[in-house]
Amino acid sequence: MSDHEIVSKMTEILRDLLSDDSIVLTMETRREEVPGWDSFAYVNFIVAVESQFGVKFKVAEVESFENVGAIARRISTICAAR
Amino acid sequence: MMDWLPVPQDFRGNLRLALESADSLERLAALAQHRLSFVETIQLNRAVENLGTETDGKIPTIRLAILASATVDQLVPSIRVAGLRRRLLFDLHVGPYGQYRQQLFQPESSLQRFDPQVVVLSLSARELTAAVPVNAAADEADGAIRRYIDGLRFLWQRARETLGSTVIQQTFLNVTDPLFGSYDRLAGGAPSRLVAGLNEHVAEAAREDGILLLDVARASERDGIDAWFDVTRWLQAKMEIAPQAAPLYGDLLARVIAAQRGLSKKCLVLDLDNTLWGGVIGDDGLEGIVLGEGTATGEAHLALQRYAGQLRDRGVVLAVCSRNEPAVVEAAFRDHPEMFLKRSDFAAFVANWDDKAANLQRIARQLNIGIDSLVFVDDNPAERARIRESLPMVAVPELPPDPAHYVRCLADAGYFEAAAFTAEDSQRAEQYSANASRDTFLESSQTMDEFLKGLEMSVNFGPFQKVDLARIAQLIGKTNQFNPTTRRHSLDAVARFVAADGSLTLQFRLVDRFGDNGLVSAMILLPDPQAPGVMEIDTWVMSCRVFGRQLEREIMNIAVEAARQMDVSGFRADYIPSQKNDVVSGLYPSLGFRVEQEAESQNGSTTWVLHLSEYCPQPTYISRRPGAA
Repeated sequence: MSDHEIVSKMTEILRDLLSDDSIVLTMETRREEVPGWDSFAYVNFIVAVESQFGVKFKVAEVESFENVGAIARRISTICAAR
Repeated sequence: MMDWLPVPQDFRGNLRLALESADSLERLAALAQHRLSFVETIQLNRAVENLGTETDGKIPTIRLAILASATVDQLVPSIRVAGLRRRLLFDLHVGPYGQYRQQLFQPESSLQRFDPQVVVLSLSARELTAAVPVNAAADEADGAIRRYIDGLRFLWQRARETLGSTVIQQTFLNVTDPLFGSYDRLAGGAPSRLVAGLNEHVAEAAREDGILLLDVARASERDGIDAWFDVTRWLQAKMEIAPQAAPLYGDLLARVIAAQRGLSKKCLVLDLDNTLWGGVIGDDGLEGIVLGEGTATGEAHLALQRYAGQLRDRGVVLAVCSRNEPAVVEAAFRDHPEMFLKRSDFAAFVANWDDKAANLQRIARQLNIGIDSLVFVDDNPAERARIRESLPMVAVPELPPDPAHYVRCLADAGYFEAAAFTAEDSQRAEQYSANASRDTFLESSQTMDEFLKGLEMSVNFGPFQKVDLARIAQLIGKTNQFNPTTRRHSLDAVARFVAADGSLTLQFRLVDRFGDNGLVSAMILLPDPQAPGVMEIDTWVMSCRVFGRQLEREIMNIAVEAARQMDVSGFRADYIPSQKNDVVSGLYPSLGFRVEQEAESQNGSTTWVLHLSEYCPQPTYISRRPGAA
């Protein structure tokens, strides 16, 4: 799966979670740039992403993803290792 | 999880359609009947929230407060959606993280202002396990458990007395890790032993205090603790219940609240071919069906019969709805040696070639229960889809393809959740078969008078007895039809009415030649503070089993006599229409009351008055046996 496909899937998840179809995520998007993407919505987002891609992030990763791209790259790495 | 619900088709599309529709709430409620993911649940909840005041009055609202020692915000959407699944709207208050004691004890807290009808205490066992050293002796550890439970009881009492709320105590998830291994159960201070002890003792205390439990501990044993507790979410956000378990949590909680309000299902309607036995009896014959010991498939179907039998023994009414020749299936119940259920276990038995939706309506009418009290179990996906389409209020579990899993599916769905278990419940099956004998007698009677006279009815009555309070609270909580005000009172409140100055409580038990119908009616009369000498009928409920027997007339005769002895001169009574109580819309005028206030715009309620001096006793065929009912 390409980074682009992963980011587009993540966009869909976040749109559903926040009921906002105007959201467009890119590799560079940071959480604070998206209205409503607070820490609680972030927990929900991580849970939904983990379940969508069948992955499980480490606690340290969850704590430190700096942008959408970091999450996408981590998903790629985990999927590639399988 | 939640495999009994059908998977939604095109959730996003249906959600959009629901929001564009003129009937959004109904369409959203229909979507709630599906197996939704955690994200879909959040979407549906937001859609309901956005309806705002549009929902007013269409579905009953319940103010529900959750007091927790961990983060519970992830549970909120699921609780709302599970409520909607049962046609209840929850107005939710989530207490500030960890502040449950302050919320309960500070007089001006946000909880007090919210004025909850139901309070859920969702607590972690960590407070206890952190306080007891792992090398504690057994009696020291047990003392700590007892003290913790005493503390809980104090909270319960506080919630009941100051808020007047129903209290639901969540059991404690055992998220502890093994320390001594198998010896954990023997070591006094082992954390997992402490949590097990806590759950055991909290159940005892809840039984004594009349508190309801929300048993997440049992659910986590069913699903595995990893399905309920995700340590990453705990570390990340102090959630003790994982977001992915939230939809099930919501359903478990909504079940308990619905059960207390009489919204649990009452009747299990079973298909026969490939459901209660393997094969098709019309084709395979009595000898050809697969049932009973000896084959794995036969035992699987037998297991469903046994489970249905256990449900019957706890008060669930059984019925058959099958496409078959009636004589063939009657013979199967009579002659098949492995048949566990007997023909007489079923209160309604419909085998014909008619449409099953029509047959389900027939069964509900025959048993005098709402069609929304039925659960319909059928192996045939086409029949299930047909019933869901034409009778959406009937619960239809999505049976798995393998009969081996039928029982688990039915059990997991929790349709028959109880909020009490009384002597009435265990006698219900007998009472329904006695009703069948009454029906036969009715058919053989020439006139209604002859029937009523021939029943040889007598009523036992008296003030509420302490031993019957649980049954009375259950009757008040569950009765939807013969209930002019649909006021719900907790056990505590009922007990307070008995002791209240100038109040009159009356309970009634009806016996006839076919058997004891049990404690079937209760009435609470309270002095009207505005009008000296007048009593208000705050609550009057009667079981639908005894409709049409003139009991309401005899009850009014008795109530008037009792009130006259208290120097009461008049009764006042409200009729507040609900979706289910049309049967009593003409009750008060039929008993000689006169209208005091015509229907108000708000809820269409009317107020009725009776001057006791003008009351003429109503003739009935019911004799009296005074004394405690």
